[in-house]
Amino acid sequence: MQDTLPRRALPVRAGGPLPILAILGVLLVLVAIRQPDFLAPASLMSFLGRSAPIILLAAGQYFVIVSGEFDLSVGSLVTAEVVIAARLIDGDPDRTWPVMALVLVSAAFVGLVNGLITSWLRVPSFITTLGMLLILVGAVYLWSDGSPKGELSEQFRRFGRRAVEDVPVLGRVPYALLIVLLLAVLATVLMRSDFGRILVAVGDNPRAAELSGVRVGRTRTIAFVLSGCAAGVAAILLGGYSGVSFQAGSGLEFSAITAVVLGGVALGGGRGSVAGAMLGALTLELLFALMNFFGVSGTVRPAVQGAIILLAVAVSAARSPSR
Amino acid sequence: MSALSFRAARRTVPGVYLALVLTLAIGWLVVVLSGGTLFTQATVVSLLHVAAGLGLVAVGQTLVIIGGSLDLSVAYVVSLSTLVAAEAMNGSDTALLPGVLLALAVSAGIGLLNGLLIARTRIDAFIATLGVGLLLKGYLDSGYDGPAGATSPALVQALGYQRIGPVPMSFLLLAAVAAGAWLTLRRTRFGHHLLAVGGDPEVARLSGVRNDRVLVAAHVLCSLCAGLAGVYLAARLGSGAPRVGTEGIYDLESIAAVVIGGTALAGGRGGVAGTVGGVLLLAGLDAVFNQLQLDAFAKQVVRGVVIIGAVAVYARRVIGKGRS
Repeated sequence: MQDTLPRRALPVRAGGPLPILAILGVLLVLVAIRQPDFLAPASLMSFLGRSAPIILLAAGQYFVIVSGEFDLSVGSLVTAEVVIAARLIDGDPDRTWPVMALVLVSAAFVGLVNGLITSWLRVPSFITTLGMLLILVGAVYLWSDGSPKGELSEQFRRFGRRAVEDVPVLGRVPYALLIVLLLAVLATVLMRSDFGRILVAVGDNPRAAELSGVRVGRTRTIAFVLSGCAAGVAAILLGGYSGVSFQAGSGLEFSAITAVVLGGVALGGGRGSVAGAMLGALTLELLFALMNFFGVSGTVRPAVQGAIILLAVAVSAARSPSR
Repeated sequence: MSALSFRAARRTVPGVYLALVLTLAIGWLVVVLSGGTLFTQATVVSLLHVAAGLGLVAVGQTLVIIGGSLDLSVAYVVSLSTLVAAEAMNGSDTALLPGVLLALAVSAGIGLLNGLLIARTRIDAFIATLGVGLLLKGYLDSGYDGPAGATSPALVQALGYQRIGPVPMSFLLLAAVAAGAWLTLRRTRFGHHLLAVGGDPEVARLSGVRNDRVLVAAHVLCSLCAGLAGVYLAARLGSGAPRVGTEGIYDLESIAAVVIGGTALAGGRGGVAGTVGGVLLLAGLDAVFNQLQLDAFAKQVVRGVVIIGAVAVYARRVIGKGRS
């Protein structure tokens, strides 16, 4: 079936974004029936802005997963960066830009460490990034004596909560949405470049890639750095949108991995597109919005979420055996 | 194939035990230098108690990981099992056996669900067990605010506190379960098939192994082990505890213990003996931290470093990352 349909020229064969587009379509129809107002430009724009952090994390996670690894540390990295930024800025607007640079650089550095431990010391990435998760959470609690200190400046927060006002038709376009669109274009271009093809080749068959002269370790390390950078940007947006807390990023690693798999990317590497991964994240967020509209109460939410994830992944897995 | 796996498994065992001895020796030195003692009866008993809970989960986790799978739902299975056992017993000794059996049956059912999702619908194990974990989390969060039920006093006495010298009954239970799992892997057809499926599913299938059944059975056994850990924790705590599994991070810690023990995350290589070593290492680390009265957060940082370090040094032979 997939071969007979016209396909967009994506750099990879299987795991295209078709199934996830279908699931997204079904959810949109459900939303339209239940809550037609939601599809009005204003609320749609703010929904897209709200979804920006998880979309970014999914894109970052995609680079790592398609190269055959995992990054379990991104959620704790987001938390750590938000808490660090708040304490360093401490409400002083002048410190906004240096701290923002520090957030991005340190996030990239954490990714670099993940990558180096994984590829040089040959520690499975599951364990590397799990250890990093424990280290980051422990360190950030330790550093702030158990409760977040300081606050973010308004200049820092505007990226996550402000918007370009009075745009014709659309109304309010959140900065977060513009940032995510820009980075999505960059990510797609990157995946179509030589680096993108090499990344997929490394995930598909590391041995073959190595024999063809690819530096597998270096390629995977770059993927981890990209994931770290994505977490840094997500931290800036999330800190701006929802403020400072130790819960800022908790559980986001699992959401990101789920989103990536929903988007048709195979765990283990080598298959799937970055567009699919980002659409997967959007679908997941829409799912949460839908649960709100249907009045699913807070404590039952995980169960509904679990059931729908299993269903959705089963639907997309039915088309391409993943292991 | 299987001969190779056995050799690899045998080779990696001394590694983790060497790491264990090193950790305890360094820990002992640090504790003594700071004016405390590490190897008192009380600390050894509490070390073995910690090891028993994590160990039961980790032995089960070893089985699914050897089969090339993974179980992220174990933490919730542990919590659920404490509740099922404690509520069924409701403080009476006559309901002891039915309570335990009911808890194990519920756990086995969840394992069956995990196994079927992975083997039949071909959802990746990571996502399938994460999803089932979320289902259980929803049930636990909406049904329970705090401890519920009461474990039968006889079980609390026997499994929770009874010990022979410094060795708690619960640790003997772990030893028995680990020995059983070791024999299963080494001596039974199922064990050999499991190693084969984890090593190369396609080759196993072509050799006449029914991959699906083997994987489902491994998942049932894994959940049974987690259920048993839940029964032990119910005995230790005296009631059912809806958050005990997640607060103990049994999902990720059990996987860490398995990998520290030299089992390959990609499947096909490893064994239970290494896992027990990995569990003792993590529990030993805990004992050292407690003696040093280290801050809980600092503890976590050191734990993360040690987990990465132990795997880096002693499991370097774990190649073939990524599941192909």
